[in-house]
Amino acid sequence: MITQIDCKDLVLGYEGKPVTSGLTFQVNRGDYLCIVGENGAGKSTLIKALLGLNPPISGTITRAEGLSSNAIGYLPQHTAVQRDFPASVKEIVLSGCVGKKGFHPFYTAAQRETAARQMERLGITHLQNRCYRELSGGQRQRVLLARALCATEEILLLDEPVAGLDPVVTKEMYDIIKQLNDTGVTVIMVSHDIAAAVRYATHILHLSRTPLYFGEKAGYLASDAGRAFTDLSGGESK
Amino acid sequence: MTFVDMLDKLVMYFHYPFVQRAMIAGVLIALCSSLLGVPLVLKRFSFIGDGLSHVAFGALSLSAVLNQVAIALAGTAIEGVLAVFVKNQMLLVMPITMLVAWLLLGATKRNKIMGDASLAMLSVGSLGLGYLIMNKFSSSGNISSDVCSTLFGSTSILTLSDFDLWMCVIMSVVVIAVFVLFYNKIFAVTFDADFATATGTRAGAYNTLIALVTAAVIVLAMNLVGSLLISALVVFPALSAMRIFKSFRSVVTCAAVVSVLSSAVGIVGSILLSTPVGSTIVVVQLVVFIVFSIIGAIKSKG
Repeated sequence: MITQIDCKDLVLGYEGKPVTSGLTFQVNRGDYLCIVGENGAGKSTLIKALLGLNPPISGTITRAEGLSSNAIGYLPQHTAVQRDFPASVKEIVLSGCVGKKGFHPFYTAAQRETAARQMERLGITHLQNRCYRELSGGQRQRVLLARALCATEEILLLDEPVAGLDPVVTKEMYDIIKQLNDTGVTVIMVSHDIAAAVRYATHILHLSRTPLYFGEKAGYLASDAGRAFTDLSGGESK
Repeated sequence: MTFVDMLDKLVMYFHYPFVQRAMIAGVLIALCSSLLGVPLVLKRFSFIGDGLSHVAFGALSLSAVLNQVAIALAGTAIEGVLAVFVKNQMLLVMPITMLVAWLLLGATKRNKIMGDASLAMLSVGSLGLGYLIMNKFSSSGNISSDVCSTLFGSTSILTLSDFDLWMCVIMSVVVIAVFVLFYNKIFAVTFDADFATATGTRAGAYNTLIALVTAAVIVLAMNLVGSLLISALVVFPALSAMRIFKSFRSVVTCAAVVSVLSSAVGIVGSILLSTPVGSTIVVVQLVVFIVFSIIGAIKSKG
């Protein structure tokens, strides 16, 4: 088992004010980790820390050798991306390749090939010349997922990937993510959707002021935190 | 005036070196400002251009102070140094504006720009201070005409020196080179700064780069349309292009073409109609925007 990300005793917060503390967990290759917790529990803070956008107040985040800081494919929350931006699907997917090391003013043939492959993989090849802002919610998420895969095929970090999607498209999205995970892509997903987390994930991290649970799914369902949370969400299941 | 008369008049004017210079500078400035305009508009930074142009106006007024100092120190070695700055005002205005741009966009945290109130304060602050200084220290007899041409660029494009023109050409080459070489990075950072940073692109550095280049373009554009109308050169081509085109590349290309043509038409128009250059260009841009909006509306319905 190869540990890709190892977090020890993390204290996370903004401008020295801790939001969450005592975070210790590992992500191994091929894991499907679901991060759940109430609003304000520090889920987005943890994402920013994992991406290197907001360094932890204390504690360490160790990445496996060969997994550089730019080897996390990130799918931002739906609202984070400008909705009226004039850009074609192809341009956006290709922009996932931009972070590659060194100074390359133009995309290489290999990068164009990668972009084409990822678009094929997510079934959006026929949309490649369409404008992003004219796509449906589910199509947009596929585009952003293809972009993330252009950056890396090692780890995907998904921030609320199904927020605002209708039930049918939500199911499609989860299936796609599951398929990617089955082909060896490590998935870290932040979600409010505890039912889906329990169905698809292999590991669960339940955040609060202090982490309530980290471990495999089976253990979570038996834990106090897991029972309380799954009971709660039972009332609003679709 | 018949068409042939107008053509004759144009041909005659284009024999004058100052008209040729104005045309070259005008087209280059229009090209640069439209290229930068696209990311600036998309990042919601349109007003930065306006703010910086007022800062440039304030900085320009300082050269009047330097002029007075130079006269007071006549005969000393410092006079010679000061004289260079007085003669080529851009040497003074360019660094000051770039510094403010860097403070505004680059030095503040990524994506976290100054609030609109503080930007408005900076704008009117430099405008007021600039006018006060010009009034007090200007050696020219006709201050209001000086101020008017700085604000609206009424004649300055037609009085470019060789130094101004060369500065313009060099800066344009630099701006275009930066834009072409960093095109993909600029797209990535503009579309989604968080993703770009997470995958190893230094978004902050590119914001700073855009800020500095914007400042340079604005100082150049002051000659063309004056400091009050600069925003038009930055904002209009991008907005017009976005009415019709839907990919980043086509928007950038269309903005550049629209801007260059409007600028050329505006300069020619101002010669034929004896109107101020800056405002003529802006009116042409406005007309293009309206036409493009109508075409865009028809296209999206049809």
